[in-house]
Amino acid sequence: MKLVSLDPRVCRMDMAEGAAPDALIQENDHWPTYEVFAQKKRGDQHQHVGIVHAPNGEMALVLAKEQFARRGMCVNLWVVRTADVVATSYEDADIFDSTPQKTHREPVDYKVKDKINRYNQSKKEKNEQ
Amino acid sequence: MYGGGYLPDDQKRHLPIAEDPDKLAAFETRIDRGDKVEPQDWMPTEYRKQLIRMIEQHAHSEIIGALPEGTWITRAPGFKRKMAIMAKVQDEIGHAQLLYAAAETLGKTREAMINDLINGKSKYSNVFNYPAETWSDIAVIGFLIDAAAIVNQTLNAKGSYGPYCRALERICYEEAFHLKQGHDAFVALATGTERSRSELQAALNRWWKPIMHFFGPSDKASVHSEKLMRWKVKMASNDDMRNQFLDMYVPRIWELDLTLPDPELRKDSDTGVWLFGDPDWNEFFEVIKGNGPCNAERLAVRRWAEEKGEWVKRALRPRNEIYVTPLA
Amino acid sequence: MSNKVIALKELLYKMADDQLIIGHRNAEWIGIGPVLEEDIAFGSLAQDKTGQSWNLYQLLEKMGGANADKAAFGRAEKEYKCCHLVELPIGEDYAFSLARHFYFDHAEYLRMDALKSCAYPDLAGLAKKFHSEIKYHVFHANTWVKNLCHGTEESKSRMVSALAYAFPYALGIFEPGPHEDLLVAENLFIGEHALREKWIGQIADILSPLGISLNMGSLPILGGRYGYHSEHLAPLLQEMTAVIRLEDDSMEW
Repeated sequence: MKLVSLDPRVCRMDMAEGAAPDALIQENDHWPTYEVFAQKKRGDQHQHVGIVHAPNGEMALVLAKEQFARRGMCVNLWVVRTADVVATSYEDADIFDSTPQKTHREPVDYKVKDKINRYNQSKKEKNEQ
Repeated sequence: MYGGGYLPDDQKRHLPIAEDPDKLAAFETRIDRGDKVEPQDWMPTEYRKQLIRMIEQHAHSEIIGALPEGTWITRAPGFKRKMAIMAKVQDEIGHAQLLYAAAETLGKTREAMINDLINGKSKYSNVFNYPAETWSDIAVIGFLIDAAAIVNQTLNAKGSYGPYCRALERICYEEAFHLKQGHDAFVALATGTERSRSELQAALNRWWKPIMHFFGPSDKASVHSEKLMRWKVKMASNDDMRNQFLDMYVPRIWELDLTLPDPELRKDSDTGVWLFGDPDWNEFFEVIKGNGPCNAERLAVRRWAEEKGEWVKRALRPRNEIYVTPLA
Repeated sequence: MSNKVIALKELLYKMADDQLIIGHRNAEWIGIGPVLEEDIAFGSLAQDKTGQSWNLYQLLEKMGGANADKAAFGRAEKEYKCCHLVELPIGEDYAFSLARHFYFDHAEYLRMDALKSCAYPDLAGLAKKFHSEIKYHVFHANTWVKNLCHGTEESKSRMVSALAYAFPYALGIFEPGPHEDLLVAENLFIGEHALREKWIGQIADILSPLGISLNMGSLPILGGRYGYHSEHLAPLLQEMTAVIRLEDDSMEW
């Protein structure tokens, strides 16, 4: 039976009532995914903003532009096939835990103020002598 | 936008699954700590299943939610409304895309989710099974359904699953525009002419029941619901969300001297809790079963879109490309 | 009103009407497009077109014309100056909407490029702004046409038929208006004839490598620029104004 609707667009289409056959859509019909990276403004890092389903890189860019930059705030986009991303595993997240000995990488490990103060103090004392 | 109308699932369908107690404990500690769960993490089978179900229903609600409003897309009065409704319905499709992507990270493909939608196996928010009869219905949807959705989504954005939270963060940002434009259209009709005001009042009367159904029936007592709340899949009870919504928005309806079709609706000044008459939960369950006024149409239209788009998708489908689950 | 102003207004009205109507048509796909990502992209194209027409009607308002909403939603069918291409229904085959979008946006891109040096600065300013929006529209159209032509037998044949069907309508974009010579003489516009020549070259650059040749002997479908429309415009206007007509002009929607 032809569908009757309040939506004039629907009325113009030849839409039938009724449920879809099982598995109308086949696997991979919606294409593979691309990971999308957007740069908000020049000088910023690109940031991961999500994915698009796309058949190839060029289409991924065309489609990502409106899904991830339709409100502006973007000057550059990258897309990368999801399959091409090499990532660490969350299971091994402990590899990122710093041991105490690694504080030599942190700025707080370097405290020179005390030494300078002591030096200045002793210089002052010397001068006063 | 999404209601939830969150229903305790049919418990018989999934008996408790024995999980590795150490892994479960570590998982729950992570959640208690406020850490997010990422797709590659170990998670209880039940957690994964409930999240897929919830995010998928949310995504379906967005693409189906585009249809009642789409009804008036070609008839919006004037440039400002025409632009706003186009942008809003477009955003809803955008939200569906983001949400399907979040659900995909849990291992169900978008194709499988959309198949389940158009086969009628998977649910979406009941509220979209009602017709948008007049332009005023668009204002009621844009203001009140979006407001209700924001209550739900703002809470869910603080949930435990990373990809869902990230999607919701962006969705909430965009919904803020939806609510503003909806309220603006609503106020314009309420303060317009006698005709526009009475059309708006009629729309409000029609939508009040589905709006009260939006958060679903009371679910405080459910054990199932408690577990989902401990896992931060569900962030508040249906009643609490509904109360928050009523508290924020009923005054904004009443300030325009519009009425709501529930003589029992009032706020208990001692408890701060809103009281209301029975919103006909039988109807709610009937609509969920597929017997609402527009269930058949909504699915038929979505099916049409998938079928008519089939040649486009097939034509571009890359050969030898294997689908890989999105990363985040 | 000087003839120059009359000629300029005529140019602005036909551009605004084209954009309004194609924006309206393309918006019909919102929510029912062939794949979610494309639904979103095509929805943006519709919004850009509608927004551009709004800007042009506002410019006309500034020049003493009717209020923008009144101009877009309140004129008789005969007063619209859009071409037949934009009036055609979207049908059920996405290939037609893509073909129309391909032809129309290539023409728009070149039109705005030419109008960037229009002697009327307000229009030159808008043309500059629109030109960058349309650059994406052209990129979108080219990518789709190329991809579908390289897709399956079915997609190529659908795309080729849609392009062939829409071509005589597309030639109607370039139907000269009654004051064409004046526009050219006053350095307001390069004229439809020159625009069409550029357009033919530009679309051939895309279509020839795909093995598609267009029938250059096609007779253009004309009339729109003089208020003679296809049977599709009147019902479209009825629908588009169905709500706004419920109230008089004092209503703030």
